[in-house]
Amino acid sequence: MDYNSIMSSKIQGIAPSGIRKFFDILNEMEDAISLGVGEPDFITPWHIRNAGIYSLEKGHTKYTSNAGMLTLRKEISAYLKRRFNLEYDPMGQILVTVGGSEAIDITIRVLVNPGDEVIIPVPSFVCYGPLVTMAGGTPVYIQTKRENEFRLTPDELRDAITPRTKLLVLPYPCNPTGGIMERRDLEALVPVLEGTNIMILSDEIYAELTYGVKHTSPANIEALHERTIVVNGFSKCYAMTGWRLGYVCGPKPVIAQLTKLHQFAIMCAPTMSQYAAIEALKEGDGDIEMMNKEYNRRRKYLVAELRKMGLDCFEPRGAFYVFPSIKSTGLSSDEFCERLLLSEKVAVIPGNAFGQGGEGFVRMCYAASFENLREALKRIDRFIKSL
Amino acid sequence: MKEILKLLEQNSRYTAAEIAAMLGMEEKAVEAAIAKYEQDKVILGYQALVDWDRAGEEFVTALIEVKVTPQLGDGFDRIAERIYQYEEVESVYLMSGAFDLTVIISGRTLKEVAQFVASKLSTIEGVTGTATHFILKKYKEKHCLFEKREEQTERMLFV
Repeated sequence: MDYNSIMSSKIQGIAPSGIRKFFDILNEMEDAISLGVGEPDFITPWHIRNAGIYSLEKGHTKYTSNAGMLTLRKEISAYLKRRFNLEYDPMGQILVTVGGSEAIDITIRVLVNPGDEVIIPVPSFVCYGPLVTMAGGTPVYIQTKRENEFRLTPDELRDAITPRTKLLVLPYPCNPTGGIMERRDLEALVPVLEGTNIMILSDEIYAELTYGVKHTSPANIEALHERTIVVNGFSKCYAMTGWRLGYVCGPKPVIAQLTKLHQFAIMCAPTMSQYAAIEALKEGDGDIEMMNKEYNRRRKYLVAELRKMGLDCFEPRGAFYVFPSIKSTGLSSDEFCERLLLSEKVAVIPGNAFGQGGEGFVRMCYAASFENLREALKRIDRFIKSL
Repeated sequence: MKEILKLLEQNSRYTAAEIAAMLGMEEKAVEAAIAKYEQDKVILGYQALVDWDRAGEEFVTALIEVKVTPQLGDGFDRIAERIYQYEEVESVYLMSGAFDLTVIISGRTLKEVAQFVASKLSTIEGVTGTATHFILKKYKEKHCLFEKREEQTERMLFV
């Protein structure tokens, strides 16, 4: 059978990730150090794991309600109020999803009609564009700039808006740049959006990982609140990536449609994970602080060391990545990463994998043990000197 | 400043430069602080945590509960002092509860340890009883696990 002629042309038209080959090489290597994976190196705190285990012992192995357990939604509501001063009603404004990823997918599918445009600041996480394409929309990329610390500026936004613009994705704190949008940056977008029906999808999966400044959500800005859908989850702040649990909050009519789609596609998020998440929200604030503090130390160390090597390194204010410019080496992002991997066995990700404007940069994840960071830096230093 | 101590407690091989980078301090200031801690005996020493089993070396460690009669004036301190002077003794703690002192000692063989208890420890004046517990397996010490978890091999790598 000619499968290619049968499958959706949309999915076939989406380019596969160009960095796969890196990981194929990496997997074969011994003594390789990877700063490539965007995942906490911490294991989920024991009390949270234990709550998951306990739920299995008790036989909680059935579906929950489509939107997720009410107890969990209440805890999410309390958590958002406590940590970010956001108010969402557990009855109808919160949907528990399979990771932030599902939340992003269904939000895009629920909002986008064929032909709609979705504005996506880049460099950013790779999923938004393909999901927009699959929903029949058109991704419109805005290249954020190093000199603006990779923030989205009102002028850039204004230039990208057309009568077909449906949705603006705000991926802050940003993977891979570590850039954030502070209150004043968000407020600056208000006049541009006022009077339009443009919705905001705010991907706040790294909201707990900001350094020296508290995260502000567009939903915290009164003028933006009604048009904002907040996506968050448990993966990054509680080191729960494998549990696949996230949530989406927003206006009731939108959440109702999201719940409908979620119900057909997923039914409900994993029950065991939901029990673990309740424990995380009730007792896990201390874990968040501990991990944040640890990441912050590594962040400072990595930035200081990279600057010593002569790399131009913007100080990331959020997430767990540094995004140094490697332009001074005269290599392209791909060349830099490939040669670093082959000669020194250190894996970092070329910035262009995250969209336009990423060329000339590489992403390094500092959610790695200090020993690995130290060794990786030693090797990177040797590599740069060898050029 | 306590941050320096916390970091060194995690890993005493952090260099002053690394600590300075992590805490956003001057290297000189970190060096001075550490020197002061050492001088004031806030930092008592730096040691490696060794898994002797893995090093192929036989070692037995025993935890000994010791009951003593406290002495007039000195309380427990005098007896503790007489115990901790022995080279073999790793740690001595004064305890609340059913016994008074915990003594941890290591030896090459079971016999060596038993002999220490019989001939040296229980003969100290004021020691009224001992109970020796041998450690069979170490799982975790000072936050370090003795057996590393297995790493996952195939993983979704692009996030």
